[in-house]
Amino acid sequence: MQNRSSRHRSGRRAAAGLAATTALLTVLAGCGSDAAGGQTPGPAAGADSSAATTAGGGSTGAGSSAGSSSAATGSAATGSAATGSAATGSAATGGAATGGTVTLVTHDSFNMDKKVLAKFQTDTGITLKILAQGDAGAMVNKLVLTKDAPLGDVVFGIDNTFASRALDAGVLQPYAPPAAHNGADKYSIGGGSSDDQNRLTAVDYGDVCVNVDHTWFANKKLAEPKTYEDLAKPEYKDLLVVPSPATSSPGLAFLLGTIAHFGGGDSTDAGDGSGWQQYWTALKTNGVKVTAGWEDAYSVDFSGSSGKGARPLVLSYASSPPFEVKPGETKAPTGALLDTCFRQVEYTGVLAGAANPERAKKVVDFLLSKEFQAAMPDQMYVYPVDDDVALPKNWQQFAPAAKDPASLPADQIAAHRDQWIQTWTDLVEG
Amino acid sequence: MAVADPIERPADPIERPADPIERPADPIERPAELIERPAGLIERPADRALAVGRRVGLVLLAAVPLVALGLFFCYPVVALIGRGLWSDSGLDLGAFADVFGRSRMRSLVVFTIWQAAVSAGLCLLLGIPGAYLLYRCRFRGQAVLRALVTVPFVLPTVVVGLAFRTLFAADGPLGSWGWDGSLAVVLAAHVFLNYAVVVRTVGATWAVLDERPAQAARSLGAGGVRTFLTVTVPALGPAIAGAAAMVFLFCATSFGVMLILGGSKFRTLETEIYRQTTDIFDLRTAAVLSITQIVLVTGVLVLTGLLRRRAEARLSLTGARAGSRRLGREALPALLVTAAVGVAFLAPMLVMVLRSLQTPTGWGLGNYRALATLGEDNLMLVPVTDALVNSLRAAAIAAALAVLVGVALCVVLARRPRNRGVGRILGAVDTVMMLPLGVSAVTVGFGFLIALDRPPLDLRGSALLVPIAQAMVALPLVVRMVLPVLRAADDRLRQAAATLGAPPLRVWTGVDLPLMARALAGAAAFAFAVSLGEFGATSFLARPQTPTLPVVIVRLISRPGAANTGTALAAATVLALACALVMVAVDTLAGARNAARIGGF
Repeated sequence: MQNRSSRHRSGRRAAAGLAATTALLTVLAGCGSDAAGGQTPGPAAGADSSAATTAGGGSTGAGSSAGSSSAATGSAATGSAATGSAATGSAATGGAATGGTVTLVTHDSFNMDKKVLAKFQTDTGITLKILAQGDAGAMVNKLVLTKDAPLGDVVFGIDNTFASRALDAGVLQPYAPPAAHNGADKYSIGGGSSDDQNRLTAVDYGDVCVNVDHTWFANKKLAEPKTYEDLAKPEYKDLLVVPSPATSSPGLAFLLGTIAHFGGGDSTDAGDGSGWQQYWTALKTNGVKVTAGWEDAYSVDFSGSSGKGARPLVLSYASSPPFEVKPGETKAPTGALLDTCFRQVEYTGVLAGAANPERAKKVVDFLLSKEFQAAMPDQMYVYPVDDDVALPKNWQQFAPAAKDPASLPADQIAAHRDQWIQTWTDLVEG
Repeated sequence: MAVADPIERPADPIERPADPIERPADPIERPAELIERPAGLIERPADRALAVGRRVGLVLLAAVPLVALGLFFCYPVVALIGRGLWSDSGLDLGAFADVFGRSRMRSLVVFTIWQAAVSAGLCLLLGIPGAYLLYRCRFRGQAVLRALVTVPFVLPTVVVGLAFRTLFAADGPLGSWGWDGSLAVVLAAHVFLNYAVVVRTVGATWAVLDERPAQAARSLGAGGVRTFLTVTVPALGPAIAGAAAMVFLFCATSFGVMLILGGSKFRTLETEIYRQTTDIFDLRTAAVLSITQIVLVTGVLVLTGLLRRRAEARLSLTGARAGSRRLGREALPALLVTAAVGVAFLAPMLVMVLRSLQTPTGWGLGNYRALATLGEDNLMLVPVTDALVNSLRAAAIAAALAVLVGVALCVVLARRPRNRGVGRILGAVDTVMMLPLGVSAVTVGFGFLIALDRPPLDLRGSALLVPIAQAMVALPLVVRMVLPVLRAADDRLRQAAATLGAPPLRVWTGVDLPLMARALAGAAAFAFAVSLGEFGATSFLARPQTPTLPVVIVRLISRPGAANTGTALAAATVLALACALVMVAVDTLAGARNAARIGGF
C-alpha cells in the first residue's frame, strides 16, 4: 500500500505550484484580452468602470512583461492595449465622437503608412484599432457570423464579389459620407432605396488583367496578344498561366471577366457550349496553366518577374508593371493587357450594431480623405476612387487603369459564383 | 548489484523491470535516513489527509489544461458545428446523407487518409535513422545538425510551397522530373516539413534508452538487424507511435502545402472545410466535414494510443550519456539515409537563400538591408526586424505556456492508477489533448468568434490570442516528447526517495525533473519553433500593427515585384536562422547542464 501513497505524494507540491502559475497566466490572459479587446460593449463596461480600469492595469502588466504586441507599437499612435483599455473606460462614460477607440475590421491585405494612420488620431483624437480577419471572403463570413456581437465598428475591404452576401445578411448600417461625390458614387451598390445604397461606400478599385512580358515577345519577334480571344489562338499556345478561380480571388475575377465578356452566365450545365464555357475549353486546349494562387503563378511561372519562369503571360493586376521597372529605367519590362480586365471594387461601411457608430463614420470619412486615398496605390496596389487624387508618377507612366473593364452586377455574382466555380472546375480541372 | 543481470535472463531482456538498487548511485544520496525514518511505511491520520490533498492537487493540475482546452478549443468547435447542423427543427442529420451522397466528398475523405498515412510512413522511414544518428550517436557538429533539421518545420508553408514550385517548375532545376503539380511534390513537401517531428520525438526517448537489453541480445547472438527490430523498435514504440500520430495529423490537416502544390486538383478535408467556410459559406457542409475530420482524427489517436500504451510499460531508460556512442560501422546505414535526406533537404532551402540574394539590380544583400526599413514609401507598418521581435516574443510566451501546461498534464498522465475507470479517463484525456493538431484551424478560428464573443471572454481582439492559439498547437508536441520518458521512469525511484524522507516537491525535482530534463528542454525548443513558424492560427488572429514574421513574409510574397519577393525570402532565411540559433542554444545549454546533473545516475 505504501507504494501507492508515496507515488501519489511525489507530485503534489509541484502540482500545486504549477497549477497556480498556470491559473495566474490564464487569468492574466483573460484580463489582457478584455482590455486589449477594447470593445467591450457599452453596458458591461459602463456597469463597472473601475473594474475596467483594473483590468486595464492587469493587461498592461501582462502586456509589457509578457511582451504582448502592445509594447511593440506602444510609441505608435495606433491602438495599443494600454490606450485601448483607457479608452474602454471613457467609452463607458459617454459616447462622444471624439476620443476613445474605434475598431476597423479588414482583410489581411490591408496596409497603410504609419504616418497616415497617425494623422487620423491627431485629427480626431480617436485611437484606431485594426483587426485583420483573413481574406475578403473569410472576413465577410465572419461579419455575418458575428452579426449579433460585431467584431468592430466599421469594415473596409468588402469587394464586389462578396458585397451581396454582406448586404443580404444585414451586417451594415447606412451612412452617406460627404466625400462620396468625389468618385465613390460611381460604384454605389445595393437595393433601390437610398438607405440601401448607402450601406457600402466604394474606397478603391483594382483591375485584374493579363500581364505580358514585353521582353520575351520582343526576343521571339512575336506580336503580343491583346484580347481575351487572342489568348486562345494557337500562336500563344502554352504561354498563359492563371490562378484558379476556386482558390484565388484574382483567379475568380478573371473568370468573372470572361463570363461578362462571352456571356452564358445564366446557363447551368457544364459543357453545354455556352459562351464562357466554350472559351475556357479553348483556353484549356491552348495549354493554359492553372496554379492555386496568384503568388506562385506570378513569382514562379511568369517569365517577367523574379522567378524567370517559362510563361510570358500571367494573370495579375493593371498595377503590377511598375514594380518590375528596374531603378533608373524608363521602360517597363512588363505591361497589362487592358482589354482583359475585370474591375474589383472595395467598399467600406459602418457595421450594424457597432458600439461606436459615430466614430465609425469618422473612419469612413478618413478612408475617403485625400491623404488616405493618395497613399492607397503605393500601400495596397489599388486605384483610389477619388477622381481628384493624382496617381503616383510611376503609376501614371506604367500602370494606367483599364478604360472599359468588364464587370458584373454584385447580385448576379452572389447568385451564381459557387456554381460558376463548380462548372469551371469540372470543365478545366475535371 | 547482480540481482537481475540481463545476461541471466535471456528470454526476455526488455521486460525485466529495472531495479533502482542496481543504479550505481542513489539519486537522493541520503541513505542514512533510510534507517532513521521507518515511520513512512506506517499509515497515520496525517498521511490520509495528505492523500486527500494529493488527490485534490492532481485533479487541479489536470483541470487547468482541460479547462483551457475546453474553453479555447472544444467549445468554439462545437459552437460552429452547432451553427451548421442545428436548426429550428432540431439536429439536421440529413446533412450527412446529403454531403456523402456526393462521390467527390467521399473520395475527399479517402484521399485525406491515404496521403497523410503515406506521408507519415515516409517520415518514419527516413526519420528513425536520423533520430539514431542525431540523438544516439555522438559526433562533432551534432547540435548544429539537430538545429538545421528543425528549420524546415518553422518555414511558412507558402515559402516551402514557392521553393518546391521553383525547383520543379517546367524550366526549374528539376523540371525534367515532371513532378510539377503532382502528388509526389506534395508528399515530398510533407516529409520536408515534418521530418523534424520524427527525429526529435523519437530522438528524445532514444537518447536516454537503456542500452543493456540490446547489448544482451547482441551477446546472445542476435544480429544487428534482429536486435534493432525485436529490442530497440519495441522499446521506442511509444515515441514512434506518438511521432507517427503527430505527422499524420499535421499532414491530414496540411493546408498551405496542399493548396500551393496540389492546387484545386488535390483536395483534402482541410482544404474543403476552408473552402466551404470562408468562400462558399456553406456551414452545413462544413460542419459535416468537420465532424468527419474529428472522428477520423480521434480514430487515429485511439489506435496509436493503444500501440503507445502497450509499449510504454516495457520502456527502460537510463542516464543521458550512458547510451551515446561514437560513430561506428553500425551507424553506416543511418548515415547513408540521413545524408541523402540532408542533400534533398538542402535543395529547397538553397532555392530560398539564392532567391533571397536576387535583387532587381543583380545579386547582393540589398534584400537583407531592406529588412530593417519600412520599405520604399513606408510600405511596411513595421520593419521585418520588428516582426521578428514580435515573433520571438509570442513564441517565447507560447512555449512557456505549452511547457507549463504540458508538464502539468504529463505529471497527471504519467500515473498508472489501480482504478481502471480512472485509467480510462486518463487515456481519454491523453487523446483529447492531441485533438488541436487534427482539427481544422478554420473551424477553431471561426468558432472562436461566435463562441467567445461576450465579456468576460471576449478574447477576439486580444494580443494574447496568438500565443494561446500557438500554445494549443505546441502542447501535444510537449506531451508526446516528455510523457514517454516520464512514464518509463521507474516508480521505485520515487518511492525510495519518499521513503528516505524527501518531501514531494523534492522527489519531483530530484527524480522526475532530471529524468525528463533533456526531453523537456527539447520539447521547449520544439514548442518554440512550432510557435515561431505557426501561420494558420496566427493569420486568423494577428493584428496588423504587430504582425509576426511569417505573417509579414506572406504579405510580402503576395505583392508583385522582384524586390518584394526577394525581401520575403530574405525574411524567411532570417526566420530559419533565428530558429536554428534558438535550437542550438537550447540544445547546448540543456545538454551541458543535463550531463552534469544526471551524471550521478
